[in-house]
Amino acid sequence: MNTSMDYLAVVPRLPDQGRISAWGLLRLRQRLEQGLPLTARPWQTLAEQTGLTEQEVLTAVDHWQAQGLIKRLGLVVKHRTLGYTANAMVVWNVPDRWVSSVGEAIAGAPFVTLCYQRPRRLPDWPYNLFCMIHGVDRHRVLSQLDDLITDKHLETFPHAVLFSTKAYRQRGARYVSPD
Amino acid sequence: MRLDSTDKQLINLYQRDLPVCERPYLEMSRQLGISEGEVIDRLQTLQSRQVVSRVGPVFEHRRAGASLLAAVAAPEEQIDLVAARINRAPGVNHNYAREHTYNLWFVMTAPDEDTLDERLDELEHQLRLPMLRLPMVEGYHIDLGFDIDWEALS
Repeated sequence: MNTSMDYLAVVPRLPDQGRISAWGLLRLRQRLEQGLPLTARPWQTLAEQTGLTEQEVLTAVDHWQAQGLIKRLGLVVKHRTLGYTANAMVVWNVPDRWVSSVGEAIAGAPFVTLCYQRPRRLPDWPYNLFCMIHGVDRHRVLSQLDDLITDKHLETFPHAVLFSTKAYRQRGARYVSPD
Repeated sequence: MRLDSTDKQLINLYQRDLPVCERPYLEMSRQLGISEGEVIDRLQTLQSRQVVSRVGPVFEHRRAGASLLAAVAAPEEQIDLVAARINRAPGVNHNYAREHTYNLWFVMTAPDEDTLDERLDELEHQLRLPMLRLPMVEGYHIDLGFDIDWEALS
């Protein structure tokens, strides 16, 4: 098992960290993985929970956003509750020399929510490009996929569509928080 | 799930660029034309109805720690059992059944790569099922939230 000391390594020091406590920053990251408190002064609430000052919390969050550790700050929507019940992972086998340009083309489609290159695992798994399409029903997702194939000229790349049938777990990542 | 136009506007406007200031909900309330207290109440309600899982920072996982997409082919009649075992492993934040021979797909996270590998080795050993390990090589999509197609949902 990890001791919490190991987690300190994943909290980058701020450039002008000064007297801001590294432990406080770790606690802040753990708290932030649970979401922002719904209080009038949420950063002050986080400051009280972590032993930092409100200004230190704001400085850290600004910095983490600027350096890209935080890629988005806002509402995390549960698409399934809203009615996006059809979720398809579409996987493609694209020659390596084209995979980046095909990936960028697919990522540009408005209904594609994720697009990643991953390694093949031959012979079981020949696919190296993954994208996710969230839709209101299967029929609609499949027609969006047809449009994607036509628009981006993907006809020659073998693909498979893996609809999800059940979500056993769906939550935010907890990198530094205990489970 | 019925939401009124203010809820929809809240979701449309604030999946990203939540203001970083002392009173973010006050600033949002001015944009929405409602009170700060109502913004907070609405967010609480959206969370309790599971429309919004949190008001969050979403961390860039390649900088935030280690994470990996993995899949196993579970015998159909044992799929719930295998899924439950996967959920008991530390760091699993997504776990879905999908229509494929590889029928369980999950994402595991850890503070660093070594810990992640140990956790996956341990889980693979427990499950006695071969596991596909599919780390991200390159990401093409910038996460800006997701434009909700309210019309398609209505």
